Parts: sequence; structure tokens; C-alpha cells
Amino acid sequence: MASPVQGAVGPATGQNSAGGDKAAPTRRGTELVLLGFAAFVVSAALMLVEANQEQQLTFRIVWYGLAFLGLFTIAHVAVRRFAPYADPLILPCVALLNGIGLVFIYRIDLAQAEKDLRAGHEISNDVPRQIMWTAVALLLFLAVLIVIKDHRTLTKYNYTFGFAGLFLLALPAFLPSFIAPTINGAKIWLKVGPLSLQPGEFAKILLLVFFAAFLVSKRDLFMTAGRRLLGVDLPRARDLGPIVFAWAVSLGVLVFQKDLGTSLLFYATILVMLYVATERGVWVVLGVGLFIGGAVIAYHLFTHVQQRVANWFDPLATYGAQGGGYQIAQALFGLGTGGVAGTGLGAGRPDLVPLSNTDFIAAAIGEELGFIGLAALLMVYTVLALRGMRSALAVRDTFGKLLGGGLSFALIMQVFVVVGGVTKLIPMTGITAPFLSYGGSSLLANYVLVALLLRISDAARRPQTGNRPRPAQQAPIAEAHTVMVERPT
Amino acid sequence: MNTPLRRVGLAMLAMIILLLANATYIQIIKADEYRTDPRNRRVLYEEYSRERGKILVRDKNNQMQVVATVNPTNDRLRFLRVYNNAPTWAPVTGYYSIRYGAGGLERAEDEILNGSDDRLFVRRLSDLITGRDPRGGNIELTINPAAQTAAYAAMEKAGYAGSVVALNPKTGEILAMVSTPSYDTNGLSAHDPEAQEQAWQTFNNDKRKPMLNRAISETYAPGSTFKLVVAAAALADGKNKDTQVTSADKIAVGGSELRNYNRGFCAGAPNGVTMETALSLSCNTAFAQLASELGNDKLRDQAAKFGLGEEDLTIPMSVEQSCIGPRASCMDVVDRNALFQTGIGQRDVRLTPLQNAQIVAAIANGGERMKPQLVKSILAPDLSEISHLDEDSLGRAMSRDTATQLRDMMITSESKTGGEGKRDGLTIASKTGTAEAGLDPKNTPPFAWYVAFAPAEDPKVAVAVVVESQDVAATGGKLSAAIGRATMNAALGGA
Repeated sequence: MASPVQGAVGPATGQNSAGGDKAAPTRRGTELVLLGFAAFVVSAALMLVEANQEQQLTFRIVWYGLAFLGLFTIAHVAVRRFAPYADPLILPCVALLNGIGLVFIYRIDLAQAEKDLRAGHEISNDVPRQIMWTAVALLLFLAVLIVIKDHRTLTKYNYTFGFAGLFLLALPAFLPSFIAPTINGAKIWLKVGPLSLQPGEFAKILLLVFFAAFLVSKRDLFMTAGRRLLGVDLPRARDLGPIVFAWAVSLGVLVFQKDLGTSLLFYATILVMLYVATERGVWVVLGVGLFIGGAVIAYHLFTHVQQRVANWFDPLATYGAQGGGYQIAQALFGLGTGGVAGTGLGAGRPDLVPLSNTDFIAAAIGEELGFIGLAALLMVYTVLALRGMRSALAVRDTFGKLLGGGLSFALIMQVFVVVGGVTKLIPMTGITAPFLSYGGSSLLANYVLVALLLRISDAARRPQTGNRPRPAQQAPIAEAHTVMVERPT
Repeated sequence: MNTPLRRVGLAMLAMIILLLANATYIQIIKADEYRTDPRNRRVLYEEYSRERGKILVRDKNNQMQVVATVNPTNDRLRFLRVYNNAPTWAPVTGYYSIRYGAGGLERAEDEILNGSDDRLFVRRLSDLITGRDPRGGNIELTINPAAQTAAYAAMEKAGYAGSVVALNPKTGEILAMVSTPSYDTNGLSAHDPEAQEQAWQTFNNDKRKPMLNRAISETYAPGSTFKLVVAAAALADGKNKDTQVTSADKIAVGGSELRNYNRGFCAGAPNGVTMETALSLSCNTAFAQLASELGNDKLRDQAAKFGLGEEDLTIPMSVEQSCIGPRASCMDVVDRNALFQTGIGQRDVRLTPLQNAQIVAAIANGGERMKPQLVKSILAPDLSEISHLDEDSLGRAMSRDTATQLRDMMITSESKTGGEGKRDGLTIASKTGTAEAGLDPKNTPPFAWYVAFAPAEDPKVAVAVVVESQDVAATGGKLSAAIGRATMNAALGGA
């Protein structure tokens, strides 16, 4: 591939509104139907919660249902207007996840309210705030779609994004604790008045954009082979820069902010992007080696890492210890009680698990919807990420491919880290479940992520000048349109 | 660039598959282990929010009365356990608390009441299919509500601490089981955790131990009521009610003396009396001498036939063991000197009120001892019967002839006992007892006993009453007989 931008992609404007081009169906109708389906599922879930918790259906249900429908209708119209060729599955998947998340946050609110009432505390509901955040996130989503008409324009600001990302990532670590308090052991929040933000969530997106642009511009350099050793082309020492940088930043996040989750997510995503950009597996080997080294160092240096590992090996053994396995054990109890079919929405006790509406929301879902429900939600994530990956495969510019692939992977990685942590597959690292968990920053950042994916998928499916055969939409990834890549000699 | 992207896509799929495989392991293979972990409070909450079964009694008009039921609530636990006339029934029902668990029948029959018992399985299944919430089974008690209420009212009115146990001698059904002072079990089933804690603290800090079920969980020196056991052993040993026994005013035991209650000769006769006279006047020297002559083995065998030394009796609550020796060697009198005191129900002899009631019930039933039981029937949520009490003989405690002679002696004894509650046309057979309590018996109020059955010709109720009296000079006749008679009258349907 000679130039980062291959093929002539028409200027992305809003002229091609829905139904304007019969030759290349926009499939916005499919999207609308699927959104309707998502709204139906979410409303049904809400009704189940109401039925199981209150024994009577209150007016609130209508309010929440309408709010949900309204918000996503706006999003749909925006996509129709600004990204008409975008993948039709991405937005409905997001709507479903976000909606189910709202239902669960509401459901946990009810349980907490009862507890608060008994303890004489003031009831603090999270769901109105989360709906507010959803609205703000959709506004941001809209803004991204409108402002970024072509994702390639992002490459112009790559260093700006890089520095901004680093700045945001590091910010809480350097601010005094009245602005950046340590919550649950991690120093990753900024508290401004009633608002609390996690700048790291935004840093994640900015740094992904920066890395995609950076890797594309320096791609040829990285692909220059260094010495050959045992039949493997080793990269030159000076090309190790980006991966060492990523490694150092991740360790920095770990050391200064004690945020294992973000550290892991960040590192894995950069590694994958490096691999995709260079097409050389040796980076993965090198990266995994560095990761193991870093993990061993972290384990020996930090007691909180040791604690997490001990909790992972046997949460029941460290059940009573300070910072021990209580939370994971409670999550496992919930998951076990849920079993295959779950206790039913609103009929379980997810409030017994601390943080059940943020990091541990997967435990609440596994308890009340059972293995079936949890598997279904994992499938929705899979569809979402694979549609993103599909767009990355289909888009014609390397930056888009790299960014799309990175964003899709970041999504699944995040799901893997949080669900794996809750279900004791890997040590718990404390990260939010995208779109499901309560938390404004996470929601905002993930909507930006989705807006970028939609933008890339729009570019991928938008008809080119001339009559290029459209790739079959239902084709599996393996049969998708392939860009021939020359391997430099 | 597409080949590595595809590989990343595959890696993503692999990650999801790992998550699914792990979730399968956690939620299907290990699910039971996690669900039943004692630290998992979900099962408990689930159980507590089920509609718990009722505890019922049948009154003399064959109408069901509710002792314990549930009221629907608006909170998460959905149902509140409610007891009617809670203090009257506390020793029978026990309590049911989210924080402190369950006690008494609530604990012993928990599986029936919470609906998890296998016998309720078919109904549970149909509840599942019809979508009804599973409900617990109900329990009908053997208790006669009139007797229970009368006994509690009499004890409470007099302000006595103690216990009343009434049995149907022919079936072993427990007709009354009272323990005073009692407590309000509703306090412990309250859903408000603070109210619950406060009630628990109040009951547990009370020096009078209201939560102690004196009928089955406390043992008392039986005093003269134990002479029935000694007499039974003597009759079995070839003596009869007319056999002459000593009437001495005192006998030497080790370094000290054992005297009659009135400190004189038995019946004022220096040259011996019949066993009947000795029993009816409760002469200590006669029975101390008899016990000494019988020896440890015969006394122990007779006591064991009455049920002393039984460790695993359940009614279905477990009953404290009754002993003739120290706890470590329950059925062995320590030495010869102790044997004298054992003969008059002192020294190490300790009986639960239920045990003493069993002794008179066995005499009333012609020598055959029936297993005491509290549950008459187990009923499904719709009140259809699932199982019914099986009368269960625990063996013959004495021959029919011995029982008849003992009955006759007890009728004489009753005629010499004062107190209120005697009724024309009702022959009562009884024995009183005033047991020394504590290490300083002269200055410690005694336990006042009254054990009896009626009607003597065709016994329908046997009763044991014990009062931890407040008065140093109290005797069984004054305190307990009136309560015993009131209980029997109520059980027999009279005033």
C-alpha cells in the first residue's frame, strides 16, 4: 500500500440523505426496526422489574420508556443525516446495551432505596443521572458525527490528541486529592462540584486516535527489519520506541493511579494496533514478554496487586480479609444463584454485591438473567465489535482500518477485562462495562468510540465514484473485501 | 493490513468464547456450590420471603385456631411472622428472626414451614407450573389450647417462674407446655432490624431468662416427686403398697442426718408405716432407706425405664437429658451416701418438667410410656393432611399392677394435699414435691412440684408443674397443686 489513503473516497457530506441512492441501500430502515426491537426489549425488561419489585406498574415506566425511545430516535435521525451508509447493527446494539444497563441501574436503585429507607439515609437514585448522562453522551455522539465528516481529518491533529490524551491520563495523579480523590483505591477521578469525571476514559480514545495516526505515518519505518535471529526479523532497537512508550505509560498508570484495568486495556490495545500496523507477530511476542515482565514487577512491588491475585486464586479463602475476596465471592454467589436461567429480573438480590451498578453489573445480570442473559449480552458486544471490525476491514484507508480495528478491539478488551474479572477468569482489575455500567465518563467516551466506528463504517460502505461492486453485507469477515498489501522487501 | 485485522477479530472471538466457557463453569458446574455457600445470604432471604406455613391448634369445638401466621408486607421480605398471644405460646412455637435465626418448633420444623420439605414437593412443583409463589406447609399442634391458656394464665397471674407440661398419657400428645416468664416472639420476627436487635437484647439481658424453655431445656431437682420412681422400683422388687417401711424421724447419712420434712416420725408412728402412708405423707426417711436398700442398679434401671438418661429425645425440639447422677455419669449415683438423698430426689437428681410429666403419664397409662409429641399433623398449604401423628410406645416402665398400686397411693396423696382447684366428681392422683435448690438450701427458695393425672379411673391428662418459688417456706402443695389442677380441669373441658 503506497499511500495511507487508498482509492478516491468522495468528500463526506450530508448530501446523501436516506433513500437518496437506490444503488447502494443505506439500510437505515433496518437500523430503525432494530432500534424499535431494542426499545421493546428494554421496555419489557423494565416492566418485569416493576412487576417483580413493586407489584404495580407506576407512571415512571412510561417516562423512562419514552425518554429512551426519544433519545435513540434522535440518534437514528442524526445517523440518517450525517452517516447514511453507516453499519445498521452498531447503533441498535449500543441502544440495547445502554437500555439494559439503565434497567439494571434502576433495579439496583430500588434495592438500595429500600436499604436506605431502612437505615434512615436519604435515597439517592442513580438512574436519573444515568439518563442525563445518556442524553449528554448522545449529544456528544451527534457532535462527533457532525464535526468529523471524514475520519481521516483526525490524522491532522494526531500529536495534539496524543498530548491531550497523555495529559488527561496523568491529570488525576498530579492533582491534589481534594480535586482528585482516591476512590476504591484508585486515583482516577476528578471531582468538580457535584460532577465526578474519569479523564482516563477520554484519554483512551484520544490516545487510540493518536496511535493509529502515528503508526500509519511511521508504518514503513517499523516494517524495516533489524537483524535476523533464529529466522525471525527482529525490529531495530530504535523502533521499539512506541511499545516501550505504551509499556511505560501503562506502568505509570498502575503505579500512580493504582488503576489496573485501564493499564491493561491501554497496553493491550496499543499492542494490537502495533501488530495490525506492522503485520508482524514478533511485536505480539515482544509485547507479551514485556507484559509478563511488567506484571511480575508489579506483583512484587505492589501489595494491592498481590491482593488482587490472591482474591483471584480463591476469593472464598480471602473472604474476610481487608480488601479480600468478599466482593468477588458475593458476585460468584450471585452468579451461582442465578444459574442457567437466572432468578428473574427484579427477583434476585444483586444489591448484595458491592458496586453492582458499575464494575460488577455483569454479576447482577448473571444473577437475574442467568447464564442465558449474560451470554446474550456478551453476544451483543460481540456483534457490536465484529461489525466495527468488519467496517475496519472494508474501509479503504489504512488509518481507518487501524483506528476501527483498535476501537473494536478496545471494546472487547474492556468487556473481557471486566466480565472476566467478575466471573473470576482473570484477576479483578476494576473497569466499567461499556454502555452497561453506571458512570458518565465511561458512557461519554464509549459514545465517542461508537460515533467514530459509525463514521468509519459509513466511509466503508459509501459508494465510490464509479460502479464498484458493493461488498455483500451478510458476508462473514473472511469473505469481506480485501485490500491487497505489498510486503516491502 | 486485513490479515492481522482478521486475526485480531478471531482473537476477539476467542476472548468471548473464554468468557462464555468460564461463565458456564461458574453458573452451571459450580453453581450449586456457590448457591449453597453459608455466606450466600440470597438463599436465606429467599426463604424468609416465602409465605411461611401456619402453626395451628384445634380447640374443643374442633375449630382450628391460629397460633402463628404471616401477614403480607410491602417490604422486600414480603411476609411478617405474627404470633397470637405470643407469650402463652412462646415455648411451643419458638421464634423466627432474620437476624437471629429460628428457635423452638420454628427451627425444628423449619423445612415444613418454609416449604422445602420433600413431602411438599409435588405441591411445590404444581405451584411452579401454575406460577403461584411457593408456600410453606402448616403444622397442627397436639396442644389443647384451653389447657395451654389456663396453665399460662395461672402461672402468669401468680407471677411464678416455672413450667407446666401436660400430656395425654395414652397417646403421648403434649396438651400444654408452658414456661414462665415468657416473652413476645413478635419482637424477634419484626422486619425492622433495630427493633429486632432491641428485643433480642432485652430478652437475653433479662435475669429471669424469658427465652429459656423451662419445660424441656431446664432441669430441676424433683424432690419428693421422685419418690414415685423409688416406689415403682420397690414395687417391682416385690414390695407392695402395704409393705412396712421405716418411719424414723432421721437417718444418718455419712457425717450428717437426713430428716423428715416435719422433723418428726412419719405419721407420728415410731414403729414403721405402710409405703402408701409414707408416700402420701412424703416421708423422707422411708424413701431414703428404700433407695439405699434397692441400690444403684435397681434405681437406675427403673429411672431409665421412665426415660431418664435419654439423650436424643425430640418432640421434635430436642429435650434436655434428665439424670440421677452428675452430668458426666448421668445414670450413676456417685456413692452409697448419695443414694439416700437420691431416694428423695435431691443430690444430683435433675429432671426436666417434661420428664416428670412422662413419669406420671406412664403410671396413668398402666405402666406404658408413650413418646411425647407436639406435632399432631402436617398440612399442605391448602390444609389437606400430609402426615399424622403416629403414637409411639417407648416401652413398659412398670407392670400394670405396679401402676395400679402407684395410682392408688397417689390418690391418697392427693387427698392429703391442700390448695385450690379440687372438683367434685373428679378423682385426681398426684404427688407433690418441694425440692431444695442451690448450695444453701436453708436460705434458697425451693422448687415446688406437683405431678398428677386425672381422672384417676380413666386418665386423660397427666401434668407436671414446677415453680421456682420466691418464698423460702413454700411447698409443692400450696403453690403448684392449684396450677396443676387448673390445667387438668381445662384439659378435661371443665371450668
